[in-house]
Amino acid sequence: MDNNKPVRLLDDNGLRVDGRRFDELRPLKIEVGTLDKADGSAYVEHGRNKILAGVYGPREAHPKHIALADRAVIRCRYHMAPFSTDERKSPAPSRRELELSKVIREALEPAIMSEYFPRSTIDIFIEVLQADAGTRCAGITAAALALADAGIPMRELVAGCAAGKIDGKVVLDLSDVEDKQGEADLPVALMPKSNVVTLLQMDGSLTEDEFKQALDMSTDACRKIYEMQREALRQKYHVIKDEADKEEEVTA
Amino acid sequence: MHAERKQLVIPGDLLGEGPYFAGENTFRDGTKIYAARIGLADIVGNRLIVVPIKGAYIPRIDDIVIGRITDIGMSGWQVDICAPYPAMLPASETPMQRGRDIGRRDLDHIYGVGELTLAQVIAFDRTRDPLLTTKGRGLGKVTSGRVARITPAKIPRIIGKMGSMITMLKKETNTDIIPGQNGVILVTGKNPDQERIAVEALYMIEREAHSSGLTDRVRAFILNEMKEKEIGQQQASSVA
Repeated sequence: MDNNKPVRLLDDNGLRVDGRRFDELRPLKIEVGTLDKADGSAYVEHGRNKILAGVYGPREAHPKHIALADRAVIRCRYHMAPFSTDERKSPAPSRRELELSKVIREALEPAIMSEYFPRSTIDIFIEVLQADAGTRCAGITAAALALADAGIPMRELVAGCAAGKIDGKVVLDLSDVEDKQGEADLPVALMPKSNVVTLLQMDGSLTEDEFKQALDMSTDACRKIYEMQREALRQKYHVIKDEADKEEEVTA
Repeated sequence: MHAERKQLVIPGDLLGEGPYFAGENTFRDGTKIYAARIGLADIVGNRLIVVPIKGAYIPRIDDIVIGRITDIGMSGWQVDICAPYPAMLPASETPMQRGRDIGRRDLDHIYGVGELTLAQVIAFDRTRDPLLTTKGRGLGKVTSGRVARITPAKIPRIIGKMGSMITMLKKETNTDIIPGQNGVILVTGKNPDQERIAVEALYMIEREAHSSGLTDRVRAFILNEMKEKEIGQQQASSVA
């Protein structure tokens, strides 16, 4: 990996290693309802990231002592498959995965109306099949869709996207090399309609101005991703909607 | 109203603003009412609602449900009714001889673990687990027939407008169909073929729940299946 380390992450035209402009997202592919057995599911390809999310619930809380009297307990597991990285990753949950499970759960919690299902649990499973930087954000994007697909009451969807700094310039949506060789990474998750930031982390260093610029960039990107999320949900359910329209005409 | 009737809505979509009430699966923020679940928007009087497409079963009082016995306690049974909460069927809520002292030994004579029961919800308020009863006409142990499991949100479609769908199903397949509100449906017929056809028709309704002219298509499907079955039987008897 280090042998083919690029000397520069931005070329003379300001283009990045993969040919993107500084404010360009990686291509995104979103699919809802990929899994049959889970109550809700979604699959997201964000650049070379491949992420599958499954949701179960609301279901009975096991073990019983974790149940809360006034709302559902939300549990989240972020996991990277052993074959998701260059070097085989041990399948055991690492320190990093535990932390990401927690921050992803906290990023989704404000959107879920867990008070509708006291004493039960909602389980979210995020499986990273292939990792290429920005998995936590793509994981949030996928998990929010899986939750909506499971028919769980939510205030709105949550979308995630990162910004960062490479070669002294603030750029959107870092790729693997940019993340590793770059100077800063700023993952953000946003509830776009209520304009609430539910995840904000930073790795590396940014000046105050750079930080503001990066935050603006990533929230704008979250809004774009949010539109794609809506489109993906529609794709799955549009058949039902069209048919209902026809039925309305017949009965009217 | 911003959203149209029967429009597909996604959590967070604006349904309407102004003199409306926030109905099922919606929430209010200031004067605006938003969808909380994926479903079809609708308006009932001046109440905006979302008719869900998918979702878990949440018990309601007076619901008829079909559950599986999961545990036998000192004074009753625990029943899995496919809800986030385990239901309780107390021995005192089963029709049995009065005045008899009932102990655990007697309880597993009535229901063993894994058996199915057709019951009614008599109490549930989210702070306590649902309570069931089998006192009532037609309630009690399920001893024969087949069960189908579908999304609880589709049960109203199985029943149809004024029961049109289920009446047709019963008539054409010559079976008795009892839909549990929890998405479990019991089908009892005179022979296994009738039950199989009825169950297949139920799954067909679940798959095509929102398409038009469904009742007619289901009827055609059933008649076709019944015919094939008869031909099969005739061939078998002519060979014999």
